[in-house]
Amino acid sequence: MSGGQILPGIGLMHYLSVGALLLVLGMFGIFLNRKNVITIMMSIELILVGVNINLVGFSAALHDITGQVLALFVLTVAAAEAAIGLAIVVIYFRNRGSIEVEDVTLMRG
Amino acid sequence: MTWQIALPEICLGGAGLIILMVGVLSRRNAFTTATLLAIAAFIATGYLILAEAPGVGYAGLFVADAFARFMQLLVLAGAILALLLSLDYNKAAAIDRFEFPVLVLFSTLGMLVMISAGNMISLYLGLELQSLCIYVLAAFARDTRRSVEAGLKYFVLGALASGLLLYGISLVYGFSGGMDFAEIRAALTASPAPGLVIGIVFMVAGIAFKLSAAPFHMWTPDVYEGAPTSVTALLATAPKVAAIALLLRVLAEPFGHLLQSWQQLIILVSIVSMLWGAFAAIGQTNIKRLMAYSSIGHMGYALIGLATGTAAGIRGVMIYMVTYVFMSAGSFAIIIAMRRGRQPVERIADLTGLGRTDPALALALAVFMFSMAGIPPMAGFFGKLYVFLAAVQGGLWTLAVLGVLTSVVGAYYYLRVIKVMYFDAAGDALDKRSGVLSTVAFGAAAFTVFFAAFSQPIIGAAEAASRALLG
Repeated sequence: MSGGQILPGIGLMHYLSVGALLLVLGMFGIFLNRKNVITIMMSIELILVGVNINLVGFSAALHDITGQVLALFVLTVAAAEAAIGLAIVVIYFRNRGSIEVEDVTLMRG
Repeated sequence: MTWQIALPEICLGGAGLIILMVGVLSRRNAFTTATLLAIAAFIATGYLILAEAPGVGYAGLFVADAFARFMQLLVLAGAILALLLSLDYNKAAAIDRFEFPVLVLFSTLGMLVMISAGNMISLYLGLELQSLCIYVLAAFARDTRRSVEAGLKYFVLGALASGLLLYGISLVYGFSGGMDFAEIRAALTASPAPGLVIGIVFMVAGIAFKLSAAPFHMWTPDVYEGAPTSVTALLATAPKVAAIALLLRVLAEPFGHLLQSWQQLIILVSIVSMLWGAFAAIGQTNIKRLMAYSSIGHMGYALIGLATGTAAGIRGVMIYMVTYVFMSAGSFAIIIAMRRGRQPVERIADLTGLGRTDPALALALAVFMFSMAGIPPMAGFFGKLYVFLAAVQGGLWTLAVLGVLTSVVGAYYYLRVIKVMYFDAAGDALDKRSGVLSTVAFGAAAFTVFFAAFSQPIIGAAEAASRALLG
């Protein structure tokens, strides 16, 4: 792996920094968020987007197509994951009438 | 072309689609039919796995070796036991819909793919197929608040774990230049780049989440308690085996010669899991939560074997998982049988006097509790014996000593269950249990008690499998 440029003026490190930033944002979104569950689902998507930027960046830098193949699979799986997540949120709302994170406390200990 | 190498998985996937059609097209409730068909499909898959010749196929994406065969058969055994338990539980809980066995079948398919993965892409896809089905299963009792909450928690933390795993995969890919395990292994040198080590740490963290090893265990007690008990029985058996098989393969194959880089990490996870499993379980009053903490502890013991990085250690992990699957499935059969006036009861205090009201069931539960505490001659003792032996041979004295000490602490809460059953004043009798629950409970109890008598072929197979893995 070289530190060479993928686009003029933009090197691999730029892509990796954006990817890492998105990962950290997503993790903070999950753990610090006190509002509602939809924000958590958006944070999960942020993490996956960060991973995809990493994969595509490495793939371009390595001149190897495999990373982009995995990135496509990640997009597909993320769509399936979002569908299942939203379905769970819908049945949760039907049961509780709210999707506040602070209400998710039936079980503790 | 060697497409036949994945024949068992292809057949299982096809069977899943057929069972789905049977369920959709039948006019009556097809739950029992679909469950029995799914069990038949698992047995047929097991037969195909036994019959297939070892090899590598699909350009390295798919590996069928002695290790994969051993772990896949164990996963199938766990899934069959969980489906048998669901036959009784789902009807009582009014969640006897035919989608249940179909989801269990597809999640098992995901586990089989995970175990056979020879490439990061097949690893990820297998893991996601397994996880996505289990998110739905955890929330399967969709009118029950606790089940839905369990599903939500498992989904959020599981998705986070997948994200961490993927981030690790992306770093490993970038710093080694490949996705294929053999390719990665060939590209790595003895002193890896820091980015690669960070990638390995992320991957281990992601898999440890799925394994419910501390410090990534937060979801376990809540999901175990909230999910329908038949789903908890599945969660406690098959996915654990698949996740530990994945961890073994990833650390032994592509990163096998980087033992120095990941050994400390596994030792840490193992110690924290053993301590947490032992001490956090003491105050529990709900038996499903108790089982959750117990499973965290068990994963800690199993990881001792992996931390050694030797063939003996990996053999120990595999034997441990065999004993663990059967004693967990048996315990959950008894937890499902805990029912009074058609309502499930889950407190440990509800077991009072079971020794007098139902001596056979009490004896079976006592066998499982002694086995989990690691008291000879039960199966659980041999599981612990082989991992501790490997740790001592590998010079990891700290792990072995801590393992024995935490087993002693763990024995406190396992023996408390036995004390409640035999020495407390008798409560009301439990409802009459169904034949299928008795079969699973007493079958697993017999396996646990007489493990020493027929363990030789299992230990031999585990030894061959561990050598195949380290190759």
